[in-house]
Amino acid sequence: MTHLGYLIAGWGIALGVLAAYAASIVRRGRDLARRVPVGRSRWLTSPGEDA
Amino acid sequence: MTETMETTDTTGSRGSRLLGVVTLLGLATLLLFAFALTEPDVRLHPTTGQEIGQFDAVRLLYLHVPLAVFTYVAFVLCAVASAGYLVKRTAWFDTMAYAAAEVGTVFCGLVLVTGSIWGRPVWNTWWEWGDVRLMTTLVLFLMFTGYLALRRATVDPRASARRGAVVALVAVLDLPIVNRSVEWWENRTLHQKSTLGELKIQDLTLFTLMLGFLVLGLVLAWLLLHRFRVGWLEREDAGHGVATAIAERRADIDEGDVDAAVGEGA
Repeated sequence: MTHLGYLIAGWGIALGVLAAYAASIVRRGRDLARRVPVGRSRWLTSPGEDA
Repeated sequence: MTETMETTDTTGSRGSRLLGVVTLLGLATLLLFAFALTEPDVRLHPTTGQEIGQFDAVRLLYLHVPLAVFTYVAFVLCAVASAGYLVKRTAWFDTMAYAAAEVGTVFCGLVLVTGSIWGRPVWNTWWEWGDVRLMTTLVLFLMFTGYLALRRATVDPRASARRGAVVALVAVLDLPIVNRSVEWWENRTLHQKSTLGELKIQDLTLFTLMLGFLVLGLVLAWLLLHRFRVGWLEREDAGHGVATAIAERRADIDEGDVDAAVGEGA
């Protein structure tokens, strides 16, 4: 296979960054979910109140 | 009134876990097609008969192009949600805009990096300052990086949401310029015009590119969903913290009143 180094770098960096970003989101979510009551973490519902 | 403090330790739901599993399976399938089942780009020169083409570097096509397209999708979603916020002023629109901007900026950064890595073997350069598509994409990335910095720097949540929405609506104006730059300034770019529009690729290469679109679309959906939930929890956590502080302060004041009353009576 030609250009193997470029392929590994391109795919490796992209998948690595996406995996690291996904992991950071999950970690942040877990930390926050422990602090917020279940009743206030209903997903994808608009409260219809001012931000 | 005291709220029952029952919490959970996840932002996942049954649907999002299923989406995650399907996305991971899709990524594995995409890797299989991109690296094992598709052929390298090798053609014969019409006169010399010499082998020409991108060879195996073409396998970056299945990653770079879908990332670019879903960068557009994320930033358009951010702009639509920002406009929605300016009209409706609800937390849902603001949280969605912020989530889409962050995920879109990650995608946009990866477009620049994978494009640079792909450009080295194909164009013999990592970066070309005179290339209009590169520069307009870099400007797009910098504008949304500025959006994220603005959101973090502004303390007042309403001001942060309002200013962010305006910046997003301005920044997204760069998108059509990025998209059409190869047509408008075709002599000032190394990029070719749309490969899909003229169907220059076909068979398994086309199928794998379509698979790349599907899988990167699933990745975007999963990231957006969870980033939205994190944003929602941040908002609720801040509100819950304020409510708790007010309740504690009221309790302190009530105790103080009782103490004062007892003191007066004694």
